[in-house]
Amino acid sequence: MLSARAFTRRFFGDPTAVGAFVIVAAVVAMVVSAPWLAPQNPYDPLQIDIMDSEMPPSWVAGGDERFLLGTDAQGRGVLSTIMYGTGVSLLIGFGAVVVQAFIGISLGLIAGYRGGWIDAFLMRLADIQLSISTLMLAIIALAVFSAAFGPEAYAKLAIFMLIAVIGIAEWPRFARTVRASVLAEKKKEYVDAARVIGLSPGTIMRRHILPNTMTPVLVISTIQVAEAIVTEAALSFLGLGMPVNRPSLGALIRSGFEFIFSGSWWITLFPAIMLMLLILSINLLGDFMRDTLNPKLRRGDE
Amino acid sequence: MHILAFLIRRLFQAVIVMLIISIIGFSIQDQLGDPLRELVGQAVSVAEREALRDRMGLNDPFWTQYLRFLGNAVEGDLGTSYFFKKPALKVILAKFPATFELVLGATFLFLSISIPGGVYCAIRPRSWLARFIMGGSIIGLSVPIFLTAIFLIWIFAVELGVMPSFGRGETVTMPWGWRTGFLTRDGLLHLVLPSITLASIMLPLFLRLIRAEMMEALGTEYVRFAWAKGLAPRRIWFVHAFRNTLLPVVTIGGLQIGTLIAYTILTETVFQWPGMGFLFLEAVNRVDTPLIIAYIIVVGLIFVVVNTIVDLVYTLINPMVKLPGAQG
Repeated sequence: MLSARAFTRRFFGDPTAVGAFVIVAAVVAMVVSAPWLAPQNPYDPLQIDIMDSEMPPSWVAGGDERFLLGTDAQGRGVLSTIMYGTGVSLLIGFGAVVVQAFIGISLGLIAGYRGGWIDAFLMRLADIQLSISTLMLAIIALAVFSAAFGPEAYAKLAIFMLIAVIGIAEWPRFARTVRASVLAEKKKEYVDAARVIGLSPGTIMRRHILPNTMTPVLVISTIQVAEAIVTEAALSFLGLGMPVNRPSLGALIRSGFEFIFSGSWWITLFPAIMLMLLILSINLLGDFMRDTLNPKLRRGDE
Repeated sequence: MHILAFLIRRLFQAVIVMLIISIIGFSIQDQLGDPLRELVGQAVSVAEREALRDRMGLNDPFWTQYLRFLGNAVEGDLGTSYFFKKPALKVILAKFPATFELVLGATFLFLSISIPGGVYCAIRPRSWLARFIMGGSIIGLSVPIFLTAIFLIWIFAVELGVMPSFGRGETVTMPWGWRTGFLTRDGLLHLVLPSITLASIMLPLFLRLIRAEMMEALGTEYVRFAWAKGLAPRRIWFVHAFRNTLLPVVTIGGLQIGTLIAYTILTETVFQWPGMGFLFLEAVNRVDTPLIIAYIIVVGLIFVVVNTIVDLVYTLINPMVKLPGAQG
């Protein structure tokens, strides 16, 4: 374990980590302040004029100074849609990781503390689920849901569906990490002491072991947010995620894609840059946390 | 020998997984489609409908219907596609060659780059080129596959106009009914951008894997012994070390099949490549239930077969593996 002071010192000694943190913080600030700062509210039909559609960025010939990054096919300013759309992406990313962490930590604690057949069963389940790949699982689950509900009803539920599906599909990563820490902690004396004074297994797991498994959980959470955002973007790009009237970054890229052929590159390019910047920064931040807090934890391959 | 016991156990597991997939498939059919409405439309009275439902066995208990579904599935009958009005399995299998050739093209590309690249990065880990390759592979892992596809289309198809951006181009039908794009210039040109896209995501994964395995092999006793014997570096790298990295690479690589299938759906959608993944998304948009189920079952079968073969090969070839099914 690292003291808070040593952690801060390492952080400021690493320009990549500081840079990544500044970018992520700036993006979050932009998203939170979008209702006040965005030039226009892309969800409000009164502020959108179809006559403004497909205008290039303001510095290109034919651009309009009202729309810094140009407009899309429906006349929404690309800058405004990005400011709102990034929020949707981040919300789904965080939401999915909360679900993953909740399921994964609970099952990981039980598997590690109880052992025996429960442990064997849960870990075998985790193996199978990891081998199928999250994206495959999510595509099939969402395809079935969207076919079952029909497009209108599905559009309203999409955000919850995405959080639930990405959340449930990725629980094994948390479960494995927590289980490994629990196995190490279980042998220590304080756990024996807690058991001897007659605390229930539930209390021991939650109040005594859980706090000591939080460091690796924090590290994978960061990387998992980036993965969840990419997965969401891919699903929305396939048309299985967020609808056009409440777009995430993936849905924005999807709606702009067909206009590349008519030369309107800005509708796709700017959301794409935003998405890559966000993912790369979160990943770099995650790498820094892993290297600093838990050098033994390797990414992607356990 | 206990190998036979292991074999049987592994095949048994594969059958159970397929049964679970088929139950999922059948539940989807049960919830999603009303085959009667597709057949008769609105103009039939309620009493007649009920009679027809009885005759078709739609009022039977769940398990009776499931067993009938399973029996038909084993015989290759997965229902009739609502949209194409043809057997769903036939529709899917007609698209298989397109997907297979895309995967083949991508595999050729990423293997021919990741093997020399990974080996080089393991042999000279401190050289600037190795650092550059490893840095590039991190960026490669961070770019979502559909963005790679969009950028390739934008640069090579829209701006430069040198590559086709969608479809399979001209194909030749082989005597056994396989439509191939490998034999025409147009077909090969159409394959370029989609294969690069699909390879771009597998390449960094494999490169890092080969590098890691190769570095591990280079640190083993027998490689150090080979150096001590004074063998030529080339012989040590390629005969002694590299050959021993192949097995883990094949197994871990084979287990990526689920990821690969998911990425073919994305690639095929961007390039409108007429393969199974593109067909699947179209079927979802048209709520063509039999086709959706047929895709899930075919893909599930491919997944289970590849996994089982990889497992068997790994266990049979590698003498260090203890057979899990043969302990007692």
